[in-house]
Amino acid sequence: MAARVRALETILTQKGLIDPLAIDAIVETYETKVGPRNGASVVAKAWVDSEYADWLKRDATAAIAYLSYTGRQGEHMQAVFNTPDTHNLVVCTLCSCYPWSVLGLPPVWYKSPPYRSRAVIDPRGVLAEFGLTLPATTNIRVWDSTAELRYLVVPLRPAGTEGFTEDQLAALVTRDSMIGTGLPLATEAV
Amino acid sequence: MNGAQDLGGQMGFGPIAPEKDEPLFHADWEKRALGLTIAAGAMGHWNIDESRHTRESLHPADYYSSTYYEIWIKGLEALLQRHGFISAQELNEGHALDKGVKPKRVLKAENVAGALAKGGPCDRPVGAKPRFKAGDRVKTRNFNPQTHTRLPRYARGKTGRIEAVRDGFVFPDTNAHGKGENPQYVYTVVFTGPEIWGDEADATLTVSIDAWESYLEPA
Repeated sequence: MAARVRALETILTQKGLIDPLAIDAIVETYETKVGPRNGASVVAKAWVDSEYADWLKRDATAAIAYLSYTGRQGEHMQAVFNTPDTHNLVVCTLCSCYPWSVLGLPPVWYKSPPYRSRAVIDPRGVLAEFGLTLPATTNIRVWDSTAELRYLVVPLRPAGTEGFTEDQLAALVTRDSMIGTGLPLATEAV
Repeated sequence: MNGAQDLGGQMGFGPIAPEKDEPLFHADWEKRALGLTIAAGAMGHWNIDESRHTRESLHPADYYSSTYYEIWIKGLEALLQRHGFISAQELNEGHALDKGVKPKRVLKAENVAGALAKGGPCDRPVGAKPRFKAGDRVKTRNFNPQTHTRLPRYARGKTGRIEAVRDGFVFPDTNAHGKGENPQYVYTVVFTGPEIWGDEADATLTVSIDAWESYLEPA
């Protein structure tokens, strides 16, 4: 595959269809600028600022853009809030739709058949594979990203974090907790 | 189309096996695959729906034995050939042989940051009012088009509840095939686990899809 992709890039460059430096710039963007720390800061802000949380619930695209996270695969955002009764889980059964602007590029498992096939029919089994076992009474809501809305899970704020700064809280927010396959880190983990 | 991509509820793919401390890319060619796909798309000759349809048109055996960046590259080669930019012979020989179609535009490095930050919004005004409102019970249509659709098989012919009325969005079923954007309202529709998977299903499970208006009828 390496040779095949190199050949394709050569042909497109020779024909003037692409600028190889643009490819470098795209890669650099997702390596250094756009990743799950963006989403973590959105979640942390929602935890400390109830007005922001309300805005995020009502108009996630605008509330997230307020923190300067915009763009490709984040044009139409929805934030879904976990509650003590309901746990949210996001999947794209049809391809690999994922909120790039807040989480960056999706991990391999998110794009692969085992997760995409099972998340909608056996979410508890899926969560168990991530080491997450929820009470049998917890409702599980699976969001299949079949259109252009992109979903960010806002997990519950961990207990024992009273007085934490936004930065300290953001450090607890894992990528998986914003997909729904995990929970934020416990406070003793930091 | 009922292609390999329509995975919801299928079985036999084994464990998810999340990789600990997974790197962003697993090989340098994956970086180029990402960049080439975005940069070639920025020429403006096809839309995201046609891209998706091209990927899901891979033979199922090919789709399931490819990693996602491999699927992207196979799809990109097909798109570039369909739109006259490159030929199969060029791909075989690994260099350009003739000029091919002139692109509408070329994404330059200095414009990458702006293009990525802008994205490609696909909400569109719709002339009519939404047919459904939050709380309405609806049934999804049962259809099996050979063309692109975003109504997964597991959610066809099922009864659910409208949870939210979204904006009007480009209709992928026509847009993927050069037949226009034909925007429609999109609705978040929630189904119970038992409605989709039968009486044995987990009663604590609900699943939602985002459905274009023409996928739905009143229930």
